Amino acid sequence: MTPRREKRPWTFYALGSLVALFLLFLYGPMMVIYLLSFQGPNGGTTFPMSGPSIVWFEAILHPGQMANIPVSFVRSLSLAVVVSLLTVVISVAAGLGFRRRFPGSGIVFYLAVASLVMPSLLVGFGIGLGFQVLGLPSGIFTSALGAQLTWTLPFGLLTMFAVVNRFDRAYEEAAADLGATRWQTLIHVTLPILLPGILGVGVGAFTLSYDEYARTVLTAGSLNTLPLELYALLSSATSPTLFAIGTITTIVSFTLLGGMLMLVARMQRRRASLVL
Amino acid sequence: MPIGTPIWRLRPHQVSWLQVGPLALVLVALFALPTLLFVVVSFFDYDRTGIYPAFMLDNYQELLTTPATYRVYLSSLKFAVIVWAITLFLGFNIAYFLVFHVRGARIRLVLFLLCAVPFWTSAIIRTIAWIPFLGRNGAINQLLMAVHVTSKPLEFLLFSDFAVIVTYVHLFTLLMIGPIANSLSKIDPALLEAARDAGASRWQTMVNIVIPLSKTGITLGSILVFTQVMGDFFVVKQMSGGQSASIVSQLSTEIQAMQYPPAAASSVVLVLFVAVMVAGMMRIVDVRKELLG
Repeated sequence: MTPRREKRPWTFYALGSLVALFLLFLYGPMMVIYLLSFQGPNGGTTFPMSGPSIVWFEAILHPGQMANIPVSFVRSLSLAVVVSLLTVVISVAAGLGFRRRFPGSGIVFYLAVASLVMPSLLVGFGIGLGFQVLGLPSGIFTSALGAQLTWTLPFGLLTMFAVVNRFDRAYEEAAADLGATRWQTLIHVTLPILLPGILGVGVGAFTLSYDEYARTVLTAGSLNTLPLELYALLSSATSPTLFAIGTITTIVSFTLLGGMLMLVARMQRRRASLVL
Repeated sequence: MPIGTPIWRLRPHQVSWLQVGPLALVLVALFALPTLLFVVVSFFDYDRTGIYPAFMLDNYQELLTTPATYRVYLSSLKFAVIVWAITLFLGFNIAYFLVFHVRGARIRLVLFLLCAVPFWTSAIIRTIAWIPFLGRNGAINQLLMAVHVTSKPLEFLLFSDFAVIVTYVHLFTLLMIGPIANSLSKIDPALLEAARDAGASRWQTMVNIVIPLSKTGITLGSILVFTQVMGDFFVVKQMSGGQSASIVSQLSTEIQAMQYPPAAASSVVLVLFVAVMVAGMMRIVDVRKELLG
């Protein structure tokens, strides 16, 4: 069944060119850093290029005086995993709870919006002060984790709103009519249907946490996450190492994305075969 | 009564509270209380060795009588408005293309992901990526000179307001595309067809149907972009060439100097400023009602 083909209006070509230009704008500077990450050992962060070489990729692995990229990378990764798991559990539960109005729902909603729009550094400032007042040491998995949740949870909640909005409650009613308990309905009906959206919440929270700077800088304590380390590297010495990290990040992103797309495609295929 | 039904059941709103409870707890403990804390600290006294509980308005007085405060707010507001206008134009048109013009679901997904992937690279790296691109010997200048548009390198490209705006647009356009695409995808295409059949021009359909129905996404995207620019930490610092600071980078200098009370006073002023602007935007649409249907 091919859809009815009609002639494309001129707006299609106008907007299509705009999108193409935007993608060029988006990837243009990225291409330059991919190129410059292969800069020769004596080259700097700008043209001209001397090289190609992979010394700056090797430099990532060797902890220098300025920065220890591998250690902070593992630290950021573990923090992002924890943040993402907590965000999924808390915001999926909240998203389901918000489907009906309940006393106090307005307050919680506006609290989440306020937390989202609060300038990031100020959240870290408040939490950092709080830890000092209470006499607690700040740390990656205490204060920094908390600061990041004030950012990922509202995002997770808004995403869940979009997800549950598309969910047809008739499925739950049907399950209840067939004698399923609320718990069985949740586990066997609601969550599996919402799964792609829930995965989106997890990936989104992971990304936000992994790249978070302004909330973390005042709450991380003595150890650095990757963005903090990158920032230190940026203000101390400029070398193409940062570009090499950018190149690797992009390769990893595309690989992960490909994997996810294949997973989703397989899930859809399975679902389609179940429906048939 | 079906088998397996417990003798007592939670009432619906109790279930809701159980589900929303953890979120509420986290937000109160990690957002509301810390905010309250720096509001309190903003009235404190301080010297080089520590801060002392007090109730004084000196921190505010000093902040609000310094011309630098108004200068930095004005410059941030200018950036926010320009970047908002550009990202709204780009975000709306790109989202419209993705939702209404692209016919295959798979191509739509791929295009959307292409827009989203650079978001996964650290904002710090994406910011400095513009330096070799816009610099004196940068890619743009090389290109312009190669095609003889200009004979000597353009200086205004890097370390200028222009560079700051370009970087912001590069960083934040996705925040506009996402919410607007979500709103647009809820519009029934049959509605647009009906408008066309009834004789509406393309422009009339856009103004009277598409834009009103995507108000929620536009508002949400605007709030995100606006607050990101107002809360910016390092783009202005890196890209303006050091002549100007952003509100937050100025504030962080005070925090690093352990001058907590004046930093807290600046924070309170910034929060009030952002809150008023966001509340204004949220008056346009009842975001909550729109989001939850």
